[in-house]
Amino acid sequence: MEIRMANLTKIFTSKKDKKEVHAVDHVDLTIPSGKLIGLLGPSGCGKSTTLYLIAGLLKQNEGQIFFEDDEVSEMPPEKRGIGLVFQNYALYPHMTVRDNILFPLQNLKVEKEEAKRRTIEMAELVGLQEMLDRKPKELSGGQQQRVAIARALVKKPRVLLLDEPLSNLDARLRLQTREEIKRIQRETGITTVFVTHDQEEAMSISDEIVVMKDGVIQQMGLPQEVYDHPLNLFVAKFLGNPQINVFEGDIKGGKVLIEDMHIESAKLPDQQILIGVRPEGFLVDNTLKSDFKFAVNLVETIGRDTTLIIDMPSEEGGLLDKKSFKVIVDASHRIQTGDLVHFTVKPEKMHLFDLDGGLLK
Amino acid sequence: METKNNLKAWFYLAPMLILMAVFTFYPLINAFIISFYKDYLPLANNGTGSISGYTLHNYVVIFKNQLFWKAILNTFVLAFVSVPVSIIVSLFISVSLKAIPKLKGFFQTVFFLPYVTNAIAVGMAFAVLFHKDYGLFNVVLGLFKITPIDWIGGTASWWAQMSALMVFTIWSSLAFKILVFTSGLENIDKQYYDAARIDSASKWTIFKRITVPLLSPLILYISITSLIGALKAYNSVIGLFGEKLGGQPYSMITIVAFVYKYRADFAFQGFYSYAASAAIILFFITLIFSVLQTMVSRSRVHY
Repeated sequence: MEIRMANLTKIFTSKKDKKEVHAVDHVDLTIPSGKLIGLLGPSGCGKSTTLYLIAGLLKQNEGQIFFEDDEVSEMPPEKRGIGLVFQNYALYPHMTVRDNILFPLQNLKVEKEEAKRRTIEMAELVGLQEMLDRKPKELSGGQQQRVAIARALVKKPRVLLLDEPLSNLDARLRLQTREEIKRIQRETGITTVFVTHDQEEAMSISDEIVVMKDGVIQQMGLPQEVYDHPLNLFVAKFLGNPQINVFEGDIKGGKVLIEDMHIESAKLPDQQILIGVRPEGFLVDNTLKSDFKFAVNLVETIGRDTTLIIDMPSEEGGLLDKKSFKVIVDASHRIQTGDLVHFTVKPEKMHLFDLDGGLLK
Repeated sequence: METKNNLKAWFYLAPMLILMAVFTFYPLINAFIISFYKDYLPLANNGTGSISGYTLHNYVVIFKNQLFWKAILNTFVLAFVSVPVSIIVSLFISVSLKAIPKLKGFFQTVFFLPYVTNAIAVGMAFAVLFHKDYGLFNVVLGLFKITPIDWIGGTASWWAQMSALMVFTIWSSLAFKILVFTSGLENIDKQYYDAARIDSASKWTIFKRITVPLLSPLILYISITSLIGALKAYNSVIGLFGEKLGGQPYSMITIVAFVYKYRADFAFQGFYSYAASAAIILFFITLIFSVLQTMVSRSRVHY
């Protein structure tokens, strides 16, 4: 089921000072059918609001939502045919797992035997067939999560929505559950939208990601595509861990310069720019003795990677003004703290932005 | 260390314990003892009282007393109808209040007013409302061509009197229940309602399967306290019927009213003991129902 949002806007007015916040700001977005889409952004970017607008629990101020050709903008949530998994699951605490999963079917007046069969089917899909007679509080966080997914899916919704599905789980369960969500989505083929602030989570399970900021969609695409070709500085900084390194630099006579060190050439007019280089975008080059060189302040070797932490020389020299950046190189380079290292930059890992954060090139 | 802490704890508890000892435990035990006195005259011997031994006879007298059984009947009917009805009505009112957030404050005040109003005064107002010739109830019934009913007067039937008392009791007990239920409803996580809407639950289903179970601990609390309150009904009878305790003398007598009647006549030999025995019987009735209710509810109250 394709989900299409056209000019979707949600404005929250604060009660105190009547200030308007555009939580979702004229969003046009098409979510392809049968895909797992990650809505990604920092907190307050409007991603959860977008999800609740799709669910119908919030009402848009402007714009429309379509499921294929069916306009659902004015439909109440119960008519939209969606499954929603809440951040804290919202399992009914007084009902057993079985009753929680049965509840939507009873409301939809599904015939008893069939409802029973579908409940057991769902429990098997999420691997909880042994837990059917327990109450939610007798389950672990991960199990509760799966009950919530089963409850959302049992009524065969057109769309599955997940609000921060992994945020309440510990690190180990998180990895396990994210595989689980991916598997369930593959098996059912349902169009799924999930919201997260964790870029790694989004990158690892989504078919496509949508990056949002201040209610506006910044970029949508395949996770690797967005990572490799960010459309602006925000997206570049938001994706990737460790974060992309951002240098203040200049273009002079077709040369990209950082602190007057020649990095690359670029066919752009002379101007001040911001240069983003991914930590893995540096090559150690001690043979050619390139212009781009730094003394290493700290070396951390973990397994096959070595992270070099380098403090940028700064004019003020104060501790807080100090900017440092991270370089990940192969551990085979035996680099010691204090060494002067020459670098070259992989051109595909370098992105040039104007001072407002817009992409150049 | 532990003993020192214990001592401190006892000090903190002392004021309450002393008050309870003087005004609750001593009277309770004393009433129990008095209920076994034989031929008790509290004012004899210059106020020290006189008895001629101990006996179970007081209880026999009580159990043989027609008026006592009438009091039991009235009290039970009043308690076992008014408590469930008022709980159901106040639940519905509380849930409806939730649906009108703008007027909620106003209506909450309206519904809470009876709680801060004197029962006797309200009873007098109701006595007017139930008046055979001028009362609002009969005026309204008159619109439907129903002949005026004597609710609380000398010719009123037991049913009419009980209905009037019931309406009054339910009405005045709504306030506190609505207060408790509305605050209970506010403590229910809104997400359960969002989830239920997503699960296509109708309003009635949400009420029956989400709201009531999630409120069940409060419903239990309210039903126990108000049952105890209802078994002690007295104010409402005095308020509505005056000292006659009914359309006809004593027709609406309750257990507490029965106790009071005999206690007031303590100058007669043994009457004080009859009052004490009736009070003790009421105590055990209350105890039994509270325990029963807790036991039955334990399987029905969720989490």
